[in-house]
Amino acid sequence: MSGGLYSTEKNDGDRTLDLKKIKPYGDTMNDGKTQLSFTLPLPDGEEAAEAARQLMREMGFDRPQVVYSKELTPGFTFFNCYGSCTKTVDFTAIRVPKVASSRWEMRETDAFIKERIGRPVVVVGASTGTDAHTVGIDAIMNMKGFAGHHGLERYEMFRAHNLGSQVPNEEFIASAITLRADALLVSQTVTQKDVHVQNLTELVEMLEAEGMRSRVILACGGPRLTHEFAKELGYDAGFGMNTYADDVASFIAQELDRRING
Amino acid sequence: MSKLGLDFEKVATAKRAARAIADNVQTFVDRYTTVAVERALCRLAGIDGVDDRGVPLPNVLVDQIKAEGLLREGILFFIANAMAATSLSPPAIAERVARGHLSLTRQPVQPASVIAGILRPLAEEGLARVQHRRQRRERYLATIGEGAKPYLYVIVATGNIHEDVVQARAAARQGADIIAVIRTTGQSLLDYVPHGATTEGFGGTYATRENFRIMRAALDEESEALGRYIRLCNYCSGLCMPEIAALGALEGLDVMLNDALYGILFRDINMQRTLVDQYTSRVINAFAGVIINTGEDNYLTTADAVEQAHTVLASDLINEQLALLAGLPPAQMGLGHAFEMDPALENGFLLELAQAQMTREIFPEAPLKYMPPTKFMTGNIFRGHIQDALFNIIGAWTSQGIQLLGMPTEAIHTPFMSDRYLSIENARYIFSTLRDIGEEIEYKPDGIIRRRAAEVLDNAIILLQTIEKEGLFAALEKGIFADIRRPLNGGKGLDGVAEKGERYTNPFIPAMRQQLSNPQTPHK
Repeated sequence: MSGGLYSTEKNDGDRTLDLKKIKPYGDTMNDGKTQLSFTLPLPDGEEAAEAARQLMREMGFDRPQVVYSKELTPGFTFFNCYGSCTKTVDFTAIRVPKVASSRWEMRETDAFIKERIGRPVVVVGASTGTDAHTVGIDAIMNMKGFAGHHGLERYEMFRAHNLGSQVPNEEFIASAITLRADALLVSQTVTQKDVHVQNLTELVEMLEAEGMRSRVILACGGPRLTHEFAKELGYDAGFGMNTYADDVASFIAQELDRRING
Repeated sequence: MSKLGLDFEKVATAKRAARAIADNVQTFVDRYTTVAVERALCRLAGIDGVDDRGVPLPNVLVDQIKAEGLLREGILFFIANAMAATSLSPPAIAERVARGHLSLTRQPVQPASVIAGILRPLAEEGLARVQHRRQRRERYLATIGEGAKPYLYVIVATGNIHEDVVQARAAARQGADIIAVIRTTGQSLLDYVPHGATTEGFGGTYATRENFRIMRAALDEESEALGRYIRLCNYCSGLCMPEIAALGALEGLDVMLNDALYGILFRDINMQRTLVDQYTSRVINAFAGVIINTGEDNYLTTADAVEQAHTVLASDLINEQLALLAGLPPAQMGLGHAFEMDPALENGFLLELAQAQMTREIFPEAPLKYMPPTKFMTGNIFRGHIQDALFNIIGAWTSQGIQLLGMPTEAIHTPFMSDRYLSIENARYIFSTLRDIGEEIEYKPDGIIRRRAAEVLDNAIILLQTIEKEGLFAALEKGIFADIRRPLNGGKGLDGVAEKGERYTNPFIPAMRQQLSNPQTPHK
């Protein structure tokens, strides 16, 4: 542990917050303190710990410490480590694309749709491809919603059709046509080996081939998705962690208004 | 004696209602067969392998009779006629059919007594193969023993069976008692069982006979080295329920997910198809000494864990009766339930404790399968580790049989080797430090815990009595479980169901049932 606990060492670094040079905060500005854990395919021992420390230096950590190690199975050792990050980022230069709508409560969105669109908005949603998880699409669409946020079924001005899980893209598009969908919601929970990217891309291509892409609002969601990545794949919006039906509903209402009423 | 002051008259009422529901389902099930049931019989008759296009031979045979509208007579009738005409074994017949050298349906029809005479030794041989595997497990348990309950259950899910073996061996050495090889996403909807060792999968690994064999062999080695029998779990659910049960029985699997209700609700599999499939699969699992796991815990991933707790109990009770009707003894019933309440709920732990203890008392002999939190795992791995610890406390306290270990990284990725280590360490610590807590602590009369258990039981009785009146099929159409509605004639796999014809014959299942109910048979 190399004396870190009661260290009286002086650190001459600049202790003021500089948004152009952001680094992790442990208990003092710009100390760079970071905790991380990883497993190395090595037997436990002094050499393995040294390998972990050297690897941390390669990652840009100063004063790397291995505070715990445990051989999980012969030849694989788990490490808990701390170090001071030497790298910085310029926070003032960061631009993250966000869903450009304001988030409203259910009543506000319903009122807005009544006034500006004048008819119920049809939303068709599914967990598509081989994805068997319904938890995401259910959280957004089902009456009950999730964590106190009611789902689209609860809205007066949405006609929500939840097709469930493992819906092939062909079937999803066919339902969108039959139900005259204004908006399509795709949920993707399984992202191992990027299976979701392939599936999401295929849907966009098929909608374009059908000449439908510009006629629907297309959004995707899932714990590993971001708005930026969704835009990259050709979606109008992406909803990641900590977004709820309110976010999706407000976005659809405002986007549809923009498209219809300019 | 009930620690919860449960009214066992009420439990008996609930079990009677569940029995009536199950009897009703069984009346339907007895009249039907499915493509998957018939393929399972092919497997038990020794038919394996694929044709030159990679189609499994059981599919080649069953698809042939189905295409001719003869599924109703069952595959064994045709195999027996072909055996009489050619004097070939079932595997040799399958090869010829695959090459187009033999038509199953163009053979002279033998009298029923001749067919019975041909099939009897075939069934005996098939049963003997399964019996042999079962005895191998029983020998291990008698000689090297097993871990203490709750068994620690962890998953491996790399997609590559050889990588799964590395992970499974590591998990066994860390203390796991059951290794479950998660299936690749989408396998439940395949109406065939893929062939051979596989190295590609999404979120899991294909269930194949060869993958079963590879993993069981590795775990045999680990069991011997560790002096503790390590069980292997897979999934006999989806469209191939009975066929996977047959392959598991032949390859020595120990635990199988096996729940038609789960398939209906969460995989949109047709209810008629999968309830027929389930019966055969449970008879095979019963005969093979396999512990089944049911999937009620999943209801709470969509429905609310507080409001809908009684649906889990009601479904456990139905599943218990359906299992008994298939000859599956309580000691092999890993009935499912879960720790899925919102962590923000005040006294949530007390409600979870009440429900776990209640489930334990209502199914005293069953090795209950207790599922960890998943719905409220957020990516905050530090809080997640605490949620898993609270879940483990209840597992120790209420003597659960199978503790499916939660991972701090649930909702982020399939477990890393280190995640599994942290989870096993968490469970072992808690199971040891709280070993006898259940014997030491009593529940306050008329306190939160006792009242909760009584409330859930009361609600389950009301639900069961409603289902009893309407029938399980109608109840599923109304969305009674997990808030999900499924139509009687909707979903996947209905075209693989046929009402049994006059010539339908299947001596395998009755022979298994008979040996199960006959205590003289060598199950020791």
